[in-house]
Amino acid sequence: MSMKIHIKNGRLIDPKNKIDRVADLYIAAGKVVSIGKAPEAFHANREIDASNLIVCPGLIDLAARLREPGFEYRATLESEMDAAVAGGVTCLVCPPDTDPVLDEPGLVEMLKHRAKSLNQAHVYPLGALTQGLAGKVLTEMAELHDAGCIGFSHADAPLIDTTLLMRAMEYAATFGFTVWLRPQDFFLAQDGVAHDGEVATRLGLAAIPACAETIALSTILFLMRETGARVHICRLSSRDGVELIRQAKAEGLPVTCDISINHAHLCDRDIGYFDANANLMPPLRDQRDRDALRAALADGAIDALCSDHTPVDEDAKQVPFAEAETGATGLELLLPLTLKWATEQKVPLLDALAKITSEPARILGLNNGHLGLGQTADVCIFDPAAPWRVEARALKSQGKNTPFLGYEMLGKVRYTLMAGHGVYEG
Amino acid sequence: MTPNPQLTDTGALRHLLTIEGLSAKLIHSILDTAESFVSVGEREVKKVPLLRGKSIFNLFFEASTRTRTTFEIAAKRLSADVVNLNVSASSQSKGETLLDTVDNLSAMGADMFVVRHAQSGAAHFIARHVAPHIHVVNAGDGRHAHPTQGLLDMFTIRRFKKDFTQLRVAVVGDVMHSRVARSEIHALTTLGVPEVRVIAPRTLLPKGVESLGVHVFNDMQAGLKDVDVVMMLRLQNERMSGTFLPSAQEYFKYYGLTADKLKLAKPDAIVMHPGPMNRGVEIDSSVADGGQAVILPQVTFGIAVRMAVMSMLAGA
Repeated sequence: MSMKIHIKNGRLIDPKNKIDRVADLYIAAGKVVSIGKAPEAFHANREIDASNLIVCPGLIDLAARLREPGFEYRATLESEMDAAVAGGVTCLVCPPDTDPVLDEPGLVEMLKHRAKSLNQAHVYPLGALTQGLAGKVLTEMAELHDAGCIGFSHADAPLIDTTLLMRAMEYAATFGFTVWLRPQDFFLAQDGVAHDGEVATRLGLAAIPACAETIALSTILFLMRETGARVHICRLSSRDGVELIRQAKAEGLPVTCDISINHAHLCDRDIGYFDANANLMPPLRDQRDRDALRAALADGAIDALCSDHTPVDEDAKQVPFAEAETGATGLELLLPLTLKWATEQKVPLLDALAKITSEPARILGLNNGHLGLGQTADVCIFDPAAPWRVEARALKSQGKNTPFLGYEMLGKVRYTLMAGHGVYEG
Repeated sequence: MTPNPQLTDTGALRHLLTIEGLSAKLIHSILDTAESFVSVGEREVKKVPLLRGKSIFNLFFEASTRTRTTFEIAAKRLSADVVNLNVSASSQSKGETLLDTVDNLSAMGADMFVVRHAQSGAAHFIARHVAPHIHVVNAGDGRHAHPTQGLLDMFTIRRFKKDFTQLRVAVVGDVMHSRVARSEIHALTTLGVPEVRVIAPRTLLPKGVESLGVHVFNDMQAGLKDVDVVMMLRLQNERMSGTFLPSAQEYFKYYGLTADKLKLAKPDAIVMHPGPMNRGVEIDSSVADGGQAVILPQVTFGIAVRMAVMSMLAGA
């Protein structure tokens, strides 16, 4: 018997299909079967009352580290999948910097299988661009793609050899694969832990200048012209980087770009008195950088917002700032921080939710992230006005590390459905 | 905003982590207290009972002779029990975490930690984790701060010059990597020095150093013109040749303090150095040993200033 669900009285927001109105949603056999009125002879097994709630496509997170395989002491697939669906995320992309690195088809198949058996959110792994992320030898990209990789990335590992980068892009372009790169010059960033500006100067922290990003980004853009590769730029951090992206897009280069929730809201001042939770990579830059990122996300120069979810085990943050492991937990903050950005930036909800649903789907080349008829029913139902406070016990993720600890958020997920079955209720 | 971690709710000093954020009044009160301790060092019996029964741990994760010794002498003159730990040589090499080290020493009844560490922010980190009755004095954290050095420098200036608000001060050398420079600059600007200059090649100046309230000079001759105080910084050996500077010789020629260059300053200008000096690199011996140098008084005053800080933190 197939499950039939009637979600009633909710405000349905489906950015891709430009829908924003109160409308009922009907789901059968895991698919969207009707919007607005019930199909004939539709007898729901389950009714969800979404009065005063927003019903939108399940969120797509372009960067979530699940820490499997290899780093289970930081987090497990189970804990992070729980965190994902509690955050309304039904589809996530995971970088290849696991241990072992995702550079062999068997590992990718195993991860896909493990994720599938949990049956909570769809997992799309990125394959390693080079073997072991060592920056020396290409991976078997075609095989990895067949095993389920959605693209190829070098995560945060240095890729110093420009010839190798060019060949990797050429090889990926041969098969039409997207290359995911976080632009950062290895040498300029080598010892740094904070943005090269007033705050690092005052606190005496070794700095990473913004040109570490723009120089690497320029290299990537020139190599795109050379190779014809499609590139997704990950975690942009600087206003000069935004300008380079604008120019590249105006020129027609096939480039897309995301930023993290941390960089959309915070800047180097938020390091405060050496808060290790604000030790992030790329570093939080200054207020003008942050403002430029926020504006570019609104006007489309930046395509998507991601959580850059990186659970870090507590001991690794209980050290002086520069010694702390970088990263922050984020899956459960993606939605409220998108809403916060939308409110502060005066972006309509429909356009804001596009940054975490239809836009990431477009980057991934997937027909999901929307609720058109016949679509797989990945649905997030949330209360946009529900307040909650970010604290360790409020988070399902095993990682409790976030610079937003203590912040008051608005927006709480009530139900998450994946392919038409309930995976979270809160 | 997180409250200032080194002050109590009433604005009194709980830890001394950095000079940044201290009021001029508080700095002067530390210096005034230090004045009263100078005479203790000149007495036959160099002891006062202010910290009798208190245990002070000198927790040095980085090698130091001068700072550790002056802290030790200061604590002993206050009648405290002092334990010196050279941690780089013991537990850290066995893999014990910084917090475990601190917790263990706390369990031994520590009342105060005097901490030196290679990482900026290490003293803040420890201060955040110790029990409320334990005080932390930053004896140098990475490039960030060395507040007692900054204070003893102010004490020295106050001894030799009348009024901070009439002074022109030059800080010369490796500002980029110097915790001493940062603490001096904060102290000078807080005490109302109208013109603080930094003199260095661009590779040794951190980005946006002007935001600390200083005027930048790349030319030493121009920078020394008519200053009342010249504060030299130590150039670490590993910076003398490499990616920051080509050679110690070239550095000395363009940024070393010689008698000739000192003539550009006011005739009664004083010359300071936090030590240990590299003679012939940042300072010429004729200046270091000359009549305008107050480098040894700095060391002597350092004891009184550290007594003042420790007694104000842990005294009744």
